[in-house]
Amino acid sequence: MEFEWTVVVDALPALLKGARLTILIALAGLTGGLVVGFVSGLMRAYGNAAVNGLAFTYIELIRGTPIVVQVMFIYFALPTLADIRVDPLTAAIIAIVVNAGAYIAEIVRGAFLSVHKGLREAGLALGLPVWKVLVYIIGPVAFRRMIPPLGNQFIVSLKDTSLFIVIGVGELTRQGQEIMAANFRAVEIWSAVAILYLVMTGTLTLILRVTEKRMRIL
Amino acid sequence: MSIVEFKKVTKRFGALLVLDQIDLSIEAGEVVVVIGPSGSGKSTLLRCINALELIDGGNLIVDGISVRAGGSKVRLIRQEAGMVFQQFNLFPQMTALQNVAFGPQRVRGLSRREARRQAREMLAKVGLADRVDHYPGELSGGQQQRVAIARALAVKPKLMLFDEPTSALDPELRHEVLRVMQALAEEGMTMIVVTHEIAFARKVGTRLVFMEDGKIAVDGSPSDLLDSPDNVRLQEFLQHVA
Repeated sequence: MEFEWTVVVDALPALLKGARLTILIALAGLTGGLVVGFVSGLMRAYGNAAVNGLAFTYIELIRGTPIVVQVMFIYFALPTLADIRVDPLTAAIIAIVVNAGAYIAEIVRGAFLSVHKGLREAGLALGLPVWKVLVYIIGPVAFRRMIPPLGNQFIVSLKDTSLFIVIGVGELTRQGQEIMAANFRAVEIWSAVAILYLVMTGTLTLILRVTEKRMRIL
Repeated sequence: MSIVEFKKVTKRFGALLVLDQIDLSIEAGEVVVVIGPSGSGKSTLLRCINALELIDGGNLIVDGISVRAGGSKVRLIRQEAGMVFQQFNLFPQMTALQNVAFGPQRVRGLSRREARRQAREMLAKVGLADRVDHYPGELSGGQQQRVAIARALAVKPKLMLFDEPTSALDPELRHEVLRVMQALAEEGMTMIVVTHEIAFARKVGTRLVFMEDGKIAVDGSPSDLLDSPDNVRLQEFLQHVA
């Protein structure tokens, strides 16, 4: 068969609109996921038994269930269960926040705990309170170690947004699906969709690489 | 009043008794060298003073504050008791200057500018004026340990604790650290030094404490004890390290 470039050109505006939505969901979701992940990761690393247990339960619940089930739960089950109604876009963002948060929590915990305990002692020995030791000494060292695994998670979450096709969010994959259903040009459309994902993940990889280079990994 | 006073201090790690009813008073201006076989409790003794290890029994008063007083009081003790570690423990993401300026700025609340000025002074004092912008990873062990000493001094403590400061160093790098410590002692700094450097004990120490099995076995003048030890275990120990 012939690869019809005009099909791609015609589809491009709709696909780019979808890509914009994908970026929005990933960006908002990962920002929230970072906050949730830092808080629950630090709860796991430094909390007492109760606090630790709470974070552990959250992480295990999320890591133990597929993200599609999670978003279905948020979008379809929550309205009947608790009368909480959200639009598809909000449900998608919440799903990324909750899902990425659980994985990021383990990244954060691992990075903080991997920092040599001598640094903590040196900070404490100067007369600093524990929180300042975490913020000024352990945190910066841990953060550098988090960059590679965080990059992984960012890419995974960005691609996970394609699963929100199941709740009808008009992100990139959904747009592709809709156009394909109308013109049946699978090769052109899915090639274009794949390349748009590659451009997004490629940009992310580039940003992470620059960040990593500018920070000496310790 | 003694600057450090151990009163029947006990410390356990699980079933192991590491410090067994230690009584010890240290006055301002003393340079106390603590020696003893490994596992005798000398590092633990030191780490109890700034509450990096919590004591299980008795009491320990440092600069008028009990190590059992908790949180903010313990931080006051730590500000007055600078510590130098065997493994240096410099902050790897900071230059030598940032390491030394960190305490004055974040603990003493000095302005960044003033903290840096003092840090330069401290680094010059330990002979590292030309290394201020180097990261710890770019310095030799001896240089790192001297930065660590400057970092502890920058907070202006009344007392300095040294936990085997030369044990991680190659022999030819040890003297540069010991020289800095000697200069500090000559300025009148109160120092408690856990070490295996017998020559340093003899030359700089004003008092020698020999520990064994969680107890202070011998406590006295370095020259007397080192020249004519009447404790059999101290004799054996000195033969092994000499």
